Amino acid sequence: MNMGWTLAARQGARLLGQGALVAGAVGVLSFAMTRALPGDAAYRIAAGRYGYDMVDTAAADAVRSELGLDRSAADQLLAWLGDLAHLRLGQSMVSGDPVLEEIAHQLGHTLQLSLVAWLAAMVLGLLLGTWAALRGTHWSTRWIDPACTVLRASPAFLLGVVLMLGLGVHLGWLPVAGHGEPVHLVLPGLALALTLLPGMTQVVRTRLQQVLRSDAFEFAQTKGLPLSAVLWRHAAAPLTLGTLAYAGMQLVLLVEGVVVIESLVAWPGIGHALVHAVISRDVPMIQGTALAMGLLFVLLNGVMDAAVQWLDPRLREPAGRSAA
Amino acid sequence: MTLAPPPSALRRALLLSAAVSVSSAIAQTGPTTNARVLKVAAPWEIGSLDPSKTGYIFTRLEVTETLVDVDASGQLAPGLAVRWAVSPDQKTWRFAMRPGAVFHDGSPVTPEAVVRSLQRALAQPGILKNTPVQRIAAVNGEVQIELKQAFTALPAFLAHNSTQVLAPASFAADNSVQAVVGSGPYKVVRVNAPQKLETAAFEGWTGKRPAVQRVEYLATGRGETRGMLAESGQADLVFTHDAVAIERLKRNPRLQFHTLPIPRTLYLKVNAAHPLLKDIKVRQAISLAIDRPGIAQAILREPKAAATQLFSPGMAEWHVPGLQPLVRDPGRARQLLQEAGWAAGADGLLRKDGRPFKLTLRTFSDRPEQPPMATAIQAQLREVGLDVAVAIVNASDIPAGHQDGSLELALVARNYALVPDPIGSLLQDFSPQGGDWGAMGWQSAQVTSALESLSTTNDPARRSRLRGALSTVLQAELPLIPVAWYQHTATHSKRVGNVSIDPLERSYRISHITWGL
Repeated sequence: MNMGWTLAARQGARLLGQGALVAGAVGVLSFAMTRALPGDAAYRIAAGRYGYDMVDTAAADAVRSELGLDRSAADQLLAWLGDLAHLRLGQSMVSGDPVLEEIAHQLGHTLQLSLVAWLAAMVLGLLLGTWAALRGTHWSTRWIDPACTVLRASPAFLLGVVLMLGLGVHLGWLPVAGHGEPVHLVLPGLALALTLLPGMTQVVRTRLQQVLRSDAFEFAQTKGLPLSAVLWRHAAAPLTLGTLAYAGMQLVLLVEGVVVIESLVAWPGIGHALVHAVISRDVPMIQGTALAMGLLFVLLNGVMDAAVQWLDPRLREPAGRSAA
Repeated sequence: MTLAPPPSALRRALLLSAAVSVSSAIAQTGPTTNARVLKVAAPWEIGSLDPSKTGYIFTRLEVTETLVDVDASGQLAPGLAVRWAVSPDQKTWRFAMRPGAVFHDGSPVTPEAVVRSLQRALAQPGILKNTPVQRIAAVNGEVQIELKQAFTALPAFLAHNSTQVLAPASFAADNSVQAVVGSGPYKVVRVNAPQKLETAAFEGWTGKRPAVQRVEYLATGRGETRGMLAESGQADLVFTHDAVAIERLKRNPRLQFHTLPIPRTLYLKVNAAHPLLKDIKVRQAISLAIDRPGIAQAILREPKAAATQLFSPGMAEWHVPGLQPLVRDPGRARQLLQEAGWAAGADGLLRKDGRPFKLTLRTFSDRPEQPPMATAIQAQLREVGLDVAVAIVNASDIPAGHQDGSLELALVARNYALVPDPIGSLLQDFSPQGGDWGAMGWQSAQVTSALESLSTTNDPARRSRLRGALSTVLQAELPLIPVAWYQHTATHSKRVGNVSIDPLERSYRISHITWGL
């Protein structure tokens, strides 16, 4: 028990370290990349604030002096890093609202959407992969590989538009865009789930096929156990472990998809905010949203690692003994 | 080894769970189409509650009012002010408030509240900064505005959304806007910034009771999404459609498609001080080389969009029907270029004194039509031997290029309806130093004096003459080469009636809409 706690503490510390590293890197990189963009930031910010038609040199100059954009890059970056150390993310250059407040609002929407998509992909992937593995080379599973290839090759934007056209416009089952009611989650959630599904399905199928071919599985069957019991005893654990580890890696795909899908269905999440912040050169918002996404990624990965470690009896052994 | 098929229990469980997830998804969709909520979709997000920023969303949804309104014919009409008058020296304006007007929190609309909103607007970068306003005060129950010099267009400026009037309760202690408490026929129910806004009819509204009681506004940035919202009937009123979707939307029997010219002109901003563009003949040749109907048809998908002069027919007072229209005539263009000393080289491109005619045309992609239009113009100019490179830049490179003089040609879209009177834009665009988005390296004493007189004269006949003279000079000297007039597009579902589209985009006119058929 004691050993378990030290392990948890060590993992927590590692997670914190990773988080700090990611925060610094994301902040500096997004700052540098925004600076490297062509064009004068003051005009972009003025356009974001007052609308594109209202922008002239006078408005840009007003923005520049108000925000101190003529300070040196090093000054601005150091100020941001200093604020970050005090857990302050500054204020949006466009709306003037605290970045933290805006992100807190957006993060809820994004988490909701990502969670639904990720769970849907897990469930669908498990069902489809299991079915495909159990059916073996039966003709009825022939479509799975081509379908996975097509899905894998399709960008989230395309999947989103196709679903919107099919389920929203032609069938009229789902709202095309919007947010606020649970039903609004279905379409974007499904679109994101479809980007994750092919990998998930293939991992589940391969893992299960390995299990099915194993001696232990064959022995259990010859022993006379019903298939469901054999699957539960011999396939469930390795399947869950393999899928969880893979699902953790899939989060990268999810983050990428969220940016695109949120803009498409007018979902007020972090991905959508990031796109708008980039357009109007709202550096604190870019840094804040990128930071939130980076930290979220670290956190989820950590949770996933911990879950795998907790579930896998081989890894649960105290570090000292396994090293020996 | 051959595997036994899974026992039917497992198969049933798989099928069952799939069926449950599908049917539950379908069951949830039922109640989303509420028959009595008008749904509006437009590209503009609620970036801020501040009138100077995205305040136009609140005026369009008739939550807030401005002192001066604009009627269906584009003429100034009473808004929150029932009448206004100017002193004989043209320097003091007085506005009388509508009696009985109340804000959504029940407090009366007082001149003091109006003054507070206007003073706030004056302090922000915005349209009021471009007027000679000296002092705004509440005097004898009216709003009094004193000017440094005569300025006849002042009421038009007070129709701009940045001058909308908010109740004192709207402002936080630091004078920032914490809630939009207006005086219009609709009040804010919920703001879910940046994308959703819900409003409901205001019980204290003294005008006609609107048929639409509840409104949901959804900011939808992507054109594809807006098109699908219209097609699926999930939004009743959708503004700004992608050009590529127009044909499909027109064919949809459940939709009414609207297209009308708005006072926004796409033109080539020309550096008239540039050695290659100084000669008026070269500018005329460029204009003669451009195939405006072709561009309007192929890129904007609306033949009516081809510009024949700077001001579109929708700008009733400014469009001059008798003006010689801008047309395409490549033969005449070549002839003019020859007269200007340019001769075709072996490659068909023009040269003078051994130097080629080479320019860069800047444009930006904030509006998706601009880059393809720029390349169309590039191809058309090449036909008469002009070698133009297209550079897709950041929008800010246009004003920046104007300021540092590096700009040669730029394709831009200019909005003349920031205030109902384009004089504000024109004063900027044709000031002696030129304007960030307007003329460059060009000035005309006649235009300067015409604009000056227009901003100080009230006599309609004289104003009309001045506008005619202005248009004639611009058409002849081409400091800006008009290409197309923007078309505003919108659709409404046929379950609503009495929809009209405001070419000035000041209001969605929801209070006039009826539930149809």
